[in-house]
Amino acid sequence: MEPTLNRPLRRSFVKGLLGTTSFWMASGNASWTAALAAEAAHPYQPIFFDAMEYRFVEAASERLFPADNNGPGAKALGVAEFIDRQMQTPYARGENWYMSGPFQQGPANLGYQLPFVPRDLYRKGIAGVEHYTRQHYGKGFADLPPAQQDEILTALEGGSVQLGEVPGRVFFEQLRTNTLEGAFADPLYGGNRGLGGWIMLGFPGARADFMDWVNQEGAPYPLAPVSISGETA
Amino acid sequence: MGRTHVDAVIVGAGWAGSIMAKELTEAGLSVIMLERGPERMTPVEGAYPESIDELRGAVRKRLFQNLSQSTVTIRNTMDQTALPYRQLAAFLPGEGVGGAGLHWSGVHFRVAPEDLRLRSSVIERYGEKFIPEGMNLQDYGVTYAELEPFFDKAEKVFGTSGEAYKVQGKIVGNGNVFSPDRSDNFPLQAMKDTFSASIFRDAAKNAGYHPYALPAANASRQYTNIYGCQMGPCNFCGYCSGYDCYLYSKASPNVNILPALRQDPGFTLIPNAHVLRVDLDSTKTKATGVTYLDTETREETSLSADLVILGAFQFNNVHLMLVSGIGKPYDPVSNTGTVGRNFVYQTITSSRVWLPSSTYTNQFVGAGGAGVAIDDFNSMNFDHGPLGFVGGSPVWVNQAGVKPIAAAIGAGGGGTPRWGSAYKNALINTYKHSLGIDAHGSNMAYRDVYLDLDPTWKDVYGQPLLRMTFTWKDNDIRMNQYVVSRIEPIARAMGATKMNLVHLNAGQPFDTRNYQTTHLGGGAIMGDNPQTSALNRYLQSWDVSNVFVIGSNAFPQGMGYNPTGMVAALAYWAAHHIRTTYLKSPGPLVKA
Repeated sequence: MEPTLNRPLRRSFVKGLLGTTSFWMASGNASWTAALAAEAAHPYQPIFFDAMEYRFVEAASERLFPADNNGPGAKALGVAEFIDRQMQTPYARGENWYMSGPFQQGPANLGYQLPFVPRDLYRKGIAGVEHYTRQHYGKGFADLPPAQQDEILTALEGGSVQLGEVPGRVFFEQLRTNTLEGAFADPLYGGNRGLGGWIMLGFPGARADFMDWVNQEGAPYPLAPVSISGETA
Repeated sequence: MGRTHVDAVIVGAGWAGSIMAKELTEAGLSVIMLERGPERMTPVEGAYPESIDELRGAVRKRLFQNLSQSTVTIRNTMDQTALPYRQLAAFLPGEGVGGAGLHWSGVHFRVAPEDLRLRSSVIERYGEKFIPEGMNLQDYGVTYAELEPFFDKAEKVFGTSGEAYKVQGKIVGNGNVFSPDRSDNFPLQAMKDTFSASIFRDAAKNAGYHPYALPAANASRQYTNIYGCQMGPCNFCGYCSGYDCYLYSKASPNVNILPALRQDPGFTLIPNAHVLRVDLDSTKTKATGVTYLDTETREETSLSADLVILGAFQFNNVHLMLVSGIGKPYDPVSNTGTVGRNFVYQTITSSRVWLPSSTYTNQFVGAGGAGVAIDDFNSMNFDHGPLGFVGGSPVWVNQAGVKPIAAAIGAGGGGTPRWGSAYKNALINTYKHSLGIDAHGSNMAYRDVYLDLDPTWKDVYGQPLLRMTFTWKDNDIRMNQYVVSRIEPIARAMGATKMNLVHLNAGQPFDTRNYQTTHLGGGAIMGDNPQTSALNRYLQSWDVSNVFVIGSNAFPQGMGYNPTGMVAALAYWAAHHIRTTYLKSPGPLVKA
């Protein structure tokens, strides 16, 4: 079973994670370096993406949200796993979007008008980027150095690249949005490993009780985050 | 088998529907309330910790309208083809029991009295020529004094926290000096100021303005309302807007009315019931009931009713009137008809202020209705003469609890990176050390801004989608720019190290892709003239007198204040006149 939009099915969802990295994480890795070691030992097996697609998502999301002095990047946070898991949900099938035709394009400010749901955008978008990358750089995206990966992402964001039926900018925004979701959603969904995203922001997660911290004259909140499942950092 | 008959059928189980249902069952009527979405129970799906999941909540839009079933089309101008609103973004209507009243923030205003008679007030002060060509500026046809008892009642149902200024003519506290007289105090004392709100309060006061605590339907103390429904004290968890409150601190129909209403043997709530139309008799002047579709079984059912109350979301009320043939559809070319006329929104921009890196704003701490505001640039509280625009904006710090995904997706842009290490660094700095200041402004009505039925796209039930023709107009853009310019000195006095003052630009069209506000209004407005309003001053259809249409659809202009308090007061106002006058002698309450 999968979580639906209307009903929390956390128990069955957590059950579904048994034996996966997320479950492993929920059962107590203290830091993202330990998480990374765990990931290396038991890599997540993607369900929606094939191996090439998954390597692309890992590589591109890491450029969008890179490891740096501030803390972990997309790879250590499990963003690719998060996105692969999201592809199994009603969201990825566009079940909350109005997807009736005709599909007529118009000015950008009137919003998304393509006949593609997120699963389509990833399939078509990744194939398009790989095609573009091989044409211009002679290699797959994941095998390029970071500077060239950044060039490609910049071109997609700027809107100068069309990926077959999908405008490069549309695919870029889909990937950016899901990458950031994966960095900062509750670890329940496979990303934000070790609560690494929340630690960087100083977000206390599921504490949700600030009666004594409404106004402390600008002092930082003192407690580390906790997840919905009770994981602490 | 004959149709089931009830005294009153109510469409929509949000605030408007639930208030009307409570009032009409109290009057002894049998009532069926139909809700297109599912049942929603705070003890079940609002429970901690599952309910405070940002991804499942505000991001995947757990409590919002499922557009796959029905949406609207939108265009900026009449010469464009309107296109479907395929993904929720600019506005977020609710779905399910409680409606938008379950996922709202809880800012609970009354009304600025002059806003109820804005046309008269502008003409008195500046003359009729001050009103721009094409602006449909109108009065509500009801006064603050008439509505006051119903604002008071609504606050006692919602458990509203606030600080009064004047009660029964006597100054009693440090409330909003521009607010009108009250018959009684707020039921609960004001919510505490967050750090961000407290420094805004000080800076605004030092600048000579008049800061006040936002009236909040978030309970500052435990509370039992006039229906015996209980609320717990708010702990500033920050999960108001987009969520059901796990502490029972934010007022909702689910917490504040339905627990009492569900006990009433005269009341029946039917969820998953999408109303297809109000059934009219052959004269089109009397409703005979409604026809709805069970969205699970796909079976159609017709109910017979003496009284039909439309209490759905603003644009769904207008849609139901149009598809049912209630009243005359508005035609902007001939400037005739009323249903769809005066479609309005609000003109809202959010600016950002950064404080030194030693200062933490802890933006995740918050309550949806709490904050500090100034009304010095709202309504008719300042001299519009030299400025040359109609309308205004409250300005406030309303730290409602900023969640990380929303902060991350919104960060960057405007010349700063939206990804990579520089973005990440800026995001962290912004999350820890900044705060938002909003200009929450009015939006006027115009002849070529309206609602009608789309010629092309349909909902899953085969009915035409509602079409919105809407864009920003010069008057409202200039109002927004002026008010935002007033924020700068306040932000500087707050100790800003950097600020990003956001305002609309001349000629900027309405953009459906970014969240602005769910405060849509008008389209079936109240007034004193059946040529220019779909409803009379009691929110009764001029054309079909046993249909009352309750909601922000009744607002002739978009006001600077949040609409829920006004909607609740109008519901109690209409219910009072139904109970005291209409039921004794059904028919038009005002002669056309």
